[in-house]
This record gives sequence, structure tokens and C-alpha cells, in this order.
Amino acid sequence: MSVKKIHKEQPETFKFNDKSMEAANKIVSNYPNGKQQSAVMALLYIAQRQNDNWIPLQAMKYIAKFLDMPYIKVYEVATFYSMYNLSPVGKYFFQVCTTTPCMLRGAYDLVKVCKNKISEKENVLSEDGKISWMEVECLGACVNAPMMQVNEDYYEDLNDKKLEEIIEKIYQNKNPKPGSYSGRINAEPVNNRKTLLGNKNA
Amino acid sequence: MLKDEDRIFQNLYNDSGADIESAKLRNDWNGTKEILEKGREWIINEIKSSELRGRGGAGFPTGLKWSFAPKEVGSRPHYLVINADESEPGTCKDRDILRFEPHKLIEGCLIASYAVNAHKCYIYIRGEYFNEGQKLQTAIDEAYKNNLIGKNALNSGWDLDIYIHFGAGAYICGEETALLESLEGKKGQPRLKPPFPALIGLYGCPTIINNVETVAAVPTILRRGAKWFSSLGRAKNTGTKIYCISGNVNNPCNVEEEMGVPLKELIETHAGGVVGGWDNLKAVIPGGSSMPMLPKEICDNMKMDFDACVENKTGLGTAGIVVINNDQDIIKCMARIARFYKHESCGQCTPCREGSGWMWRMLERMAAGEATPDEVDMLFDVTKQIEGHTICAFGEGSSWPVQGLIRHFKDEILERNKFDPVVKKNKNIPYLVDQHLLEKENA
Repeated sequence: MSVKKIHKEQPETFKFNDKSMEAANKIVSNYPNGKQQSAVMALLYIAQRQNDNWIPLQAMKYIAKFLDMPYIKVYEVATFYSMYNLSPVGKYFFQVCTTTPCMLRGAYDLVKVCKNKISEKENVLSEDGKISWMEVECLGACVNAPMMQVNEDYYEDLNDKKLEEIIEKIYQNKNPKPGSYSGRINAEPVNNRKTLLGNKNA
Repeated sequence: MLKDEDRIFQNLYNDSGADIESAKLRNDWNGTKEILEKGREWIINEIKSSELRGRGGAGFPTGLKWSFAPKEVGSRPHYLVINADESEPGTCKDRDILRFEPHKLIEGCLIASYAVNAHKCYIYIRGEYFNEGQKLQTAIDEAYKNNLIGKNALNSGWDLDIYIHFGAGAYICGEETALLESLEGKKGQPRLKPPFPALIGLYGCPTIINNVETVAAVPTILRRGAKWFSSLGRAKNTGTKIYCISGNVNNPCNVEEEMGVPLKELIETHAGGVVGGWDNLKAVIPGGSSMPMLPKEICDNMKMDFDACVENKTGLGTAGIVVINNDQDIIKCMARIARFYKHESCGQCTPCREGSGWMWRMLERMAAGEATPDEVDMLFDVTKQIEGHTICAFGEGSSWPVQGLIRHFKDEILERNKFDPVVKKNKNIPYLVDQHLLEKENA
């Protein structure tokens, strides 16, 4: 369970736009009749994407009405799961994994770079307001450690220099490419592959 | 080393693409209809005799699990749920299956749902795997288009709909009943068992929950026969498994190997050896962070399968192998794992909610050398109070790694932690002295 702070300045209203509405209706149709509450997680995520990557309280109320469920139940879900941001984050939201497999391979060097280049504290916007960062728990790409997630993309096999380059690129309005930064393909052992070589050379 | 032709996941490194054409070249969807035509009994018996055990951590026999589903569909429909909420630190095998072998998974879903009488299948993917989920969705769309799933799938008369449900960053949702709660749109807090999900699961209906790797292996097992599968490994520990080797190794990687492969071979051959050589090895976590670690002496001759791990007081878990070498501070590593569990506890049961934070703070102090020698035993005692006193296995998962540390590296902790609360040096300063103990001495 993560401790979450609700943002002080909340917008007055929230409504799904057409694109979100279409996505929301499609999600609701995935579940049996009368079980539309199942869609709450997906709808919160849709609201988050529509609202610059964070969820205002009004959105929770709106979703509660949309799914015909009590507001408190939506609030519970939004505060339970760690991927819902309840206060604004940067347009580029850096999530640096620091759990043990990443830590063993130098995840805290990445944290240091984030502190120097983005902001001293977690969840504080950088000077130009573009980037914010936070430490997160295991993101499930342990053989590509250390790694981080920026919005939806994984950046793998990093070190402090490579992370600095990525941050510089974003400051210069360029999109750094996601994936591995050690030149390897996916999760294969670098220069040491002993299996499935027939497929590789095919 | 396992022969390449015996590997189930031929596209583990994405050499040939994940689309349906490439998948068919790899033999996916070959003869699926014939498999379905052999009937439920045959499928379940074949999986039973292949001795396939669940690959999600607990290692429960899959065929047996399927046979728990009611034989006839009553008033409540059956559901199949695939657990792709892979969050165990050290594990990243399901991610590669979702990305590169989605058709194996979808084919497995069709067979499994037929075997357990389910017309609806939900795949619960962790929210962070957004891109992997999109790739799986593409594959699902392809399968619908080719009439591989959907109404009257493969003209077999069986209807199957597959939906993806994204999680939102909660480790606990990998626990099957918490996953069901989350699927129902609630907080992911585990349910009491019994009733087991096979009878009362999603929406109160019979539900079978399987891990991604388990289900994705099913089509290949049925195509090549249970005999082939059970000829690999040893009895009760058959088949192949994807091992994820991470941490202080030269070439961290995912690799599919036979069950019971020696740990040393995995690390030396596939992962390029420990950084600084085998002698620089300190400890290995063999099955994802929940499993107790093993010191080098045991790792020298350790075999990687369910029963061999249990013999060494650990578990195969998800086969996420985290290698820790002598350059690392082992107490700090474990303190970080304890912090992970503190963060991920769902907060339902008091021993886990309070205990996980308690263990973390204690280990942080021990890493800094600020604990007293007695506290090491106290910490071990606390782990025993958490274990077995919670609704789900999270209590075990959070206390076993700490127990593993104390079991094998107690001397190291004691050496660092000599803090004595009684200030002997400054005995002449009355307010710094523990008055209670002084009285005892004078008595």
C-alpha cells in the first residue's frame, strides 16, 4: 500500500472526451452484464491519460456515476494501486526501479543522476516542468537491469552516462528510443548466446 | 544442455517475429482442433501424466487443478483467468512470452478453457506491461480474424472470448484471490480460502487460474505428448522452465532449460559466470525474492527443480535467479527486499502489515550496524510470528528471505552489530546509565 497525497488544487469538473468515452464503453462491454464495476481500473487509467497523467477527485466521482458504484469504492481503488497518480507529474514521468536485482547492478547511480539532473526530491517537477521522477518497486525486467520506465516505455541496461544522455535528449525536445541501451536484443545474453542459434541465423 | 528442438519457447529472443504467420511456422495452432476433438478427459489426463506443475511459484500440478473444475456447467458460467501479473523481483519470463510468443498463450487459453468448460478467459496483465499488453492484443485480434478463437473457434463448436485486464501496479494482485478481487474492480486484497476459486471464484463462479508460462506450455505438451515432456527432468519435476538470471553475472539473460539443471551450469554457461569468478559468489536467491537465499557452498552442487530446492530449505518459486557476489553488502540487499515487501503489503492482516515494516526498519539498522546482538534472534522470532499467520502467502514471502539471511549469514550480522545499549564507558555520567541495570549490579 502506498501513501498518496491528493493534490490541493482540484479542477471543478471532469468529463470523458469522445475518445475516452469510446474506449470506456468498449472496456465495459468486456465484462458480464451487471459486473461493470470490473472496468473501474481501466477507466481510472483512461481518465489519467486524458488528464495529463493524473486523476482529479472529480474524475473519480464521474467514474463512480458512470459505473453506478459508490464513490468511496472508486476512491479506494485509486488510492490502493500505485500506478494512479493523484497529483500532477511531469509530461515525462521517470520511474526508476531500485529493487534488489536492479540495485545490484547500480540502480542508485541512476537515482543520483535523477537528483542532479531533474530535481533533488522525488515527485517534484524539473525546472522546465517537463520531467518528474520517482523510485518504484520491481518493474519486471530484472535481466535488463538497471532499468526505468518513462510513461509507457521501458529503458533497459542503463548506466549513469546513458541516463544523462536520455535526460538531455528530452530537454532538447527529442524522443529517446526505448529498449535496451547495451546494444543487445531483448533478454538474450550479450555475446554469449548458446541456445536457439539455428533461429538466430535463419 | 537441453537440445534446441526440445525448447518450447522457440522465439524467446524474438528472432522470427511474434505475428501469426511466424507463429505458425513455429508449429503453433498446428492440429489444435484435433487436440480439442480428443475431449476433455483426454486433455486433463495427458496434462496429469505429463506432471506439469504450475510455473507461477507454488508449483501446483496443473492437470489436478483443472480437474477441480465442476464437470458440468451449472447455473453459473465457468471462467479461465490467466495470471500475467508478474511482479516478483528477479522474474521477467512472462514478459517475453507476452511479447514474443503470444500465440502459444492464446492457443493454450483455448485448450485450457475447453478443458475446464469456460467460454470466457481474462488475462490479467500488470499495468506496467502496457506495450506487452498491446502486443498480446494484436495477437488476439489476429486470432479472432482467423477464427482461431471467438464464436465456434476452429470450427470445433467451442466459443471462447479472451479479454485483457490491466492491473495498476500492485504486487499482491499476483496472488490468485487478490487477482480475482482486482478483476472485480476492488482493492487487491486476498480472500480467505476455502472456498477455493475452482468452485467460487470470479463473480462467485467456478474459476481456474493459471500462470502464463504454464498455459503457454500446454499446446506443445499435447502436440508432442506427455511422454516427451515427462522424459525431461525427473519424476514430479518434469519438463522445461524459463530461468531468469539477473544480478551480479556477466551476461544476465532469460533462458529455457531442463528442470533440474545444475545452478552452476545455468550461471556459468548461460549467464557468462559470476562477476569476479565463481569464487566471488556470495549468495543466490533461487526463485524470486520471496525464496530464502542460499550461500555459495550449497550453490556449488545445487540442482534447480521444485523438490531439490525444498530439500535445501528454499523454493524454486518463479525461477528468478538473483546472483549476489562478494562486492555487495548482503544485509543491505535484504533490507531492500524487505522494503519492497513493506511497500507491497496490502494491509489486510496485521502481522504482515506491521511486521513487514518492522523487518525492514530492523534490517536497515542492522545494515548500518546499529542493532544489538540480541535483536538478531528477535528478528528471527518476528519472522516466525508473521509466517503462517496471514490470509495469503505474502506473510511467508516477506519473512522467508529474512530467515534465509539469518540462517546463512548470522555471523556476519553479529560481527557488524555490537551495539550495546548500556553505556559502560560513561558510567560516571548518571543520566546515561541504565539505572535499572545499575541497581541490579549493586544489589
